Amino acid sequence: MNLRTKYKVSLVKTIIRLENVSVEYRIPSERIGTLKEYVIRWVQGKVKQKKFLALKDVFIEINQGEVFGVIGHNGAGKSTMLKLFARVLPPTIGRIEISGSVSPLLELGAGFHHELSGRENVYLNGAILGYSREEMKSKFDSIVEFSGLHDFIDAPIRTYSSGMWARLGFAVATASRPDLLLVDEILAVGDEEFQKKCFDRIEEFRDNGTTIVIVAHSMQVIKDRCSRVCWLDHGELKYIGDPEEAISHYRKSQTN
Amino acid sequence: MSNNKNYYVYDAKNKSAKPLEELRQAYNYRYLISQLLRRDIVTRYKRSFLGIGWTMLNPLGTMIVLSIAFSQVFNMTEGYPAYVLSGLMAWNFFSQTTYASMVNLVWGGGLLKRIYMPRTSFALAAIGTGMVNTLLTIIPMIIVMLVLGVPVKLTIFFTPIPLLLLALFSLGFGLILSTLAVYFPDVAEMYQIVLTAWMYLTPVIYPEEILPENILFIISTFNPMYSLMKLFRIPIFYGRLPTFEEFLLPALIALVVFIIGWLFFTYRSDEFAYKI
Repeated sequence: MNLRTKYKVSLVKTIIRLENVSVEYRIPSERIGTLKEYVIRWVQGKVKQKKFLALKDVFIEINQGEVFGVIGHNGAGKSTMLKLFARVLPPTIGRIEISGSVSPLLELGAGFHHELSGRENVYLNGAILGYSREEMKSKFDSIVEFSGLHDFIDAPIRTYSSGMWARLGFAVATASRPDLLLVDEILAVGDEEFQKKCFDRIEEFRDNGTTIVIVAHSMQVIKDRCSRVCWLDHGELKYIGDPEEAISHYRKSQTN
Repeated sequence: MSNNKNYYVYDAKNKSAKPLEELRQAYNYRYLISQLLRRDIVTRYKRSFLGIGWTMLNPLGTMIVLSIAFSQVFNMTEGYPAYVLSGLMAWNFFSQTTYASMVNLVWGGGLLKRIYMPRTSFALAAIGTGMVNTLLTIIPMIIVMLVLGVPVKLTIFFTPIPLLLLALFSLGFGLILSTLAVYFPDVAEMYQIVLTAWMYLTPVIYPEEILPENILFIISTFNPMYSLMKLFRIPIFYGRLPTFEEFLLPALIALVVFIIGWLFFTYRSDEFAYKI
């Protein structure tokens, strides 16, 4: 038994590792809307940049198979953290390491073009997700099947309802199991039946070892689904661990 | 960053060279670029009856209008319609690709915030689209030359070289514009005006011989499109190969603008995730 637990421990793989990560945004201290204005101020020497730390010295390790929640009030650094994980934004200080494929569950159907057919959009969206032509060819049938849109796949997507749009988006985004799935807010996809299908697929991913990071405003979702939660406050990591405790810390900070 | 799509490490203390990394990633994402290119071409004409035929008819129509308007004024140029059409091919390539790079990047901003992709993809796709359109226009170009009795020479097969240089120049310039457009929304509006002025400062619709010598000197010295435009016309309209000097200057301009644009864009692009 002892040996077994030991063996299991050594199997735990770190998927995300942030080492002392800070992210700094450079924002003009006054809103300069036009290039003309900018040039005039620049000549006058009046262009000032304000520096703003969106994340301060954060250290996090997230393991394979975890469902990890991120909570905090608006502007606490939640989306900045998600951007780090999605490789969209590099840290200003520190080091980030991600071992495995990453799939952000975008606002479903972001990147679709309304004049193209469903089929063409599947290929375009697949390319945006980083798949090659061959990968997309082999996935195409299962994507269409999951979306349940056989009969409409060659119609322009502008004729789709918003539910159909989202179904196709979800089907492409989850065409293959990623090692890390990023979920911003919780899904509201089409009818209840399809929503269940989506959750089933995400759960199936998790059971097969996908790490899931959820950023949500609904504490119920966090409580129900996450195994570990971190609470961010003004860019600082204030707590990491048990979901209930993270939520109570967060709630307390709000009432004060 | 590592080669593997499934392993990513970024250390702020130990940055890899961004411009080269971007180049490598653009190659890795070539399928995305080809899909964006396809989207641009397909969607532009999807709901029109003539479809892609418009790519050829559009410059042809402009040429006919300009020929009717100016053939009396510029009658010293033999085969004036062919002269205009060859100029429009190069000018439209430049104006359309640079404008599209900018608009596409702003359009793709929502995606760039959420998912990784090489940020130059949009500009590269715009250049690809422009190349396809320009190569298609060669067909009506040859027809016009045959009709007008302007000799069609084998040197026309040299055209891809000036087109490639024009592409490098447009890519570099388009990347600079795109970067500015991320910070200042008015750049897109302003650029439309700049383009109009710039076109009249380049011998596109008028023969350069009509320019007084001092003005020609200023234009040929300070307007980079002057020599690029000329190089483009030489193998098609004039039916000869360029001399070494005629080739060297535009080649250098194109290379320098491309390098500056690429560096400027890639060093700024990390900020796009929160600026767009």
